[in-house]
Amino acid sequence: MMKNNKVTNILLSGVGGQGAILASNILAHVFVEAGYDVKKSEVHGMSQRGGDVTTHFRYGRKVYSPLIKLGDVDFLLSFELLEALRYINYCKDSARIIINNQKIFPPAVNLGLAMYPEDIPAMFKKHFKNNVRIVNGQEIALNIGNAQAANVVLVGAFSQYFPEIKEDMWIKAITDLLPKKIHELNIRAFKEGQRISSDK
Amino acid sequence: MKKILQGNEAIARGAWEAGVTVACAYPGTPSSEILPELAQYKEITAQWSPNEKVAVEVASGAAFTGARAIACMKHVGMNVAADPFMTLAYTGTKGGFVIMVADDPNVHSSQNEQDSRNWARFAKVPMLEPGDAQECKDFTKIAFEISERFDTPVLLRGATRVSHSDSLVELEERQAAPIALGLDKKESSKYVMVPVWVRQRRIAIEERMKKLEKYADEFPYNIMEINDTKTGVITSGASYMYMKEVFPNYSYLKLGMVWPLPKKLIAKFFKKVEKIIVVEELDPFLETEVKALGYKIFHGKDRFPNMFELSPELVEKSLKGKSYKAPKIRVKTEDIPKRPPNLCPGCSHRALFYSLKKLGTFVFGDIGCYALASGPPLSAIHTTICMGAGIGGAYGAGKAIGKEGLGKMCAVLGDSTFLHGGIGPVMDTVYNKGYATTIILDNRITGMTGLQEHPGTGYTLKGEEANMIDYEQLVRALGVKNIRKVDPYNVKETMDTIKEELNRDEASVIITHNGPCMLHRREKRKFQFPYYTVDTDKCRGCKSCLDIGCPAISWIEQEGTTVDGKNRKGYVSINRLQCPGCGLCAQICKFDAIIPGQE
Ligand SMILES: Cc1ncc(C[n+]2csc(CCOP(=O)(O)OP(=O)(O)O)c2C)c(N)n1
Repeated sequence: MMKNNKVTNILLSGVGGQGAILASNILAHVFVEAGYDVKKSEVHGMSQRGGDVTTHFRYGRKVYSPLIKLGDVDFLLSFELLEALRYINYCKDSARIIINNQKIFPPAVNLGLAMYPEDIPAMFKKHFKNNVRIVNGQEIALNIGNAQAANVVLVGAFSQYFPEIKEDMWIKAITDLLPKKIHELNIRAFKEGQRISSDK
Repeated sequence: MKKILQGNEAIARGAWEAGVTVACAYPGTPSSEILPELAQYKEITAQWSPNEKVAVEVASGAAFTGARAIACMKHVGMNVAADPFMTLAYTGTKGGFVIMVADDPNVHSSQNEQDSRNWARFAKVPMLEPGDAQECKDFTKIAFEISERFDTPVLLRGATRVSHSDSLVELEERQAAPIALGLDKKESSKYVMVPVWVRQRRIAIEERMKKLEKYADEFPYNIMEINDTKTGVITSGASYMYMKEVFPNYSYLKLGMVWPLPKKLIAKFFKKVEKIIVVEELDPFLETEVKALGYKIFHGKDRFPNMFELSPELVEKSLKGKSYKAPKIRVKTEDIPKRPPNLCPGCSHRALFYSLKKLGTFVFGDIGCYALASGPPLSAIHTTICMGAGIGGAYGAGKAIGKEGLGKMCAVLGDSTFLHGGIGPVMDTVYNKGYATTIILDNRITGMTGLQEHPGTGYTLKGEEANMIDYEQLVRALGVKNIRKVDPYNVKETMDTIKEELNRDEASVIITHNGPCMLHRREKRKFQFPYYTVDTDKCRGCKSCLDIGCPAISWIEQEGTTVDGKNRKGYVSINRLQCPGCGLCAQICKFDAIIPGQE
């Protein structure tokens, strides 16, 4: 599994409050447990003030740079459409893309000074073809009880790309990182995420 | 056991393992996480100091007894702490004494981009520079040993990409500090810096530097990696990580100690490798020193920028020049609307600055969340220099303009900023008969850097109850006669009060009350209504309420008419989930279109 020093690059992006940080903590937990070297950097950190949140996550046998090189992203996991589009040029041609189907208007759009770009999924599909997955995270999470768990739905969908990582490792990360009273909700959210992506 | 830690957490862990018992800091990005982490250990007295100067002085006193002590700050904190620091370089220390200073290349959240390595050369003290979390821990520990062995404060340099990146760290046990505690009166000539004794210590510094230079050649974290002998790179910290990523086959001299430099090791590297490149963020610090040793380098700042931060693509681009192949551009992402940080919905600062904007006041601003009111749509701050600078600025401007300036300007700063550096200039304004009005935005916490306690909150870092500064009494003692309190959410009252004080030919202080930070966990403002909503029948689409830049209010473009037949281009809408019901927008609306919402 770790013979060559191939480093895998995952970029997570979203808006403050969407739970992108928790998602990146789950990834860190899982890949450390799986025996990899891991580096994780929160690159934009104004989340509490309505800003965007971007995390560079890298794993492999030995990871040097805390930042992913422009154009080297293997996986883009995005919690908001516009925040996915912002990083479209960071991706390799072969990148796998998972985007939560949610729009959060930035201030300039709210003030009527700019337009929210139209049809972001189509832009991704044009370049990445079948490697793009749009997930209705909010809707799925709401159906099982709480829209807040959309981030874990996304993580569930994302987990499908890593068949070498057993389901219980993901679940253990979720239970280790979250308070007990929301374990059940989040495990369900994770499983729902897993299910929809394998249906496709 | 290995654990994934943030660079700052690893520094805290290193300090704990090294047996530190006293730790102090004033918060500042990207260093703020270290102290809360240290506060969890019962063996450590961890405290927020009112400013960095005090933090360094407290840590130095602890170190004088033989204890191991650390003071942490962001890069600009060193400017404040420079006075004790520059002379502590003379006295040296008994117990391990480390000053952690975190740089912010690219100015993610700072007022300047200074390169802290210059302090090491300036003060003649050693500086270590880790590149990942493991090194953060290891270097912190060894910094204490160096400090004791060479009788010197040691600087530990952080940077955003190191301090705020997480990676694996091997955890170890805590070791007790090696030196027995005690104070020795016979050591006055070492610790009393009056000229006769200073001269002795001045000589001691030079001797110490010689020893440190020798030590640099054996320092275990100055590491030479010989690979391809054609090209070698002298580098440190995060720059090493980027270079190693992109050019894994080059040879490297990775400096864990960036001051003083290991002269013999550098000579060896130049012998072994044909062409040498120096790669560093910010100033040509290593480059200048390597050149001063008489070496010719192949590339340095001729290729790499001397400002902002490096990244894997930037080092590649800088070095490859024309042969660099940029990845393909699929979409022009510069045109995508940004998400700049904004004041939270309901923030009391927004209300206060709306009043100032209406009054047309020139605002000598300061550093804190409120600096976010400098940009549009509020655009209500006109200078921001450093913590506390606004008050002196307003007072000085008044002295220059004279009576003409009455009613036209004021200083505005936050509670934490006032306690950090605002007391002196208020004293000056009174003493030298200025007329500056100072507005203290008392949101009950250090907001910008993530809600740290300070002497005005009534609690310590460890969560214990403590003395709570009474700002009114404090400024009265400074001689201020005109002290007013305002409820910032009441626009009319606030505007009237400010106007009155601005026109007074005497120093005034206005303190906001009942406007705690919206993210405050302990204190909350109780608003009259749970939220506000828009009566779309009445909204005329005048956009006045958009002037406050509240994230909860948005514009909906749709031509139409109000119920009473007025044409409009669109109307506004309030996001119920975001609106805390502060009511500022309702006070602004001239058409009563913003109305209280019901539970
Ligand atoms: C010398 C110095 N130390 C620390 C900082 C980091 N810093 C920027 S704003 C701020 C806190 C401001 O708190 P406060 O004045 O209470 O205003 P608030 O953000 O709560 O509105 C700090 C600590 C700095 N910019 N300069």
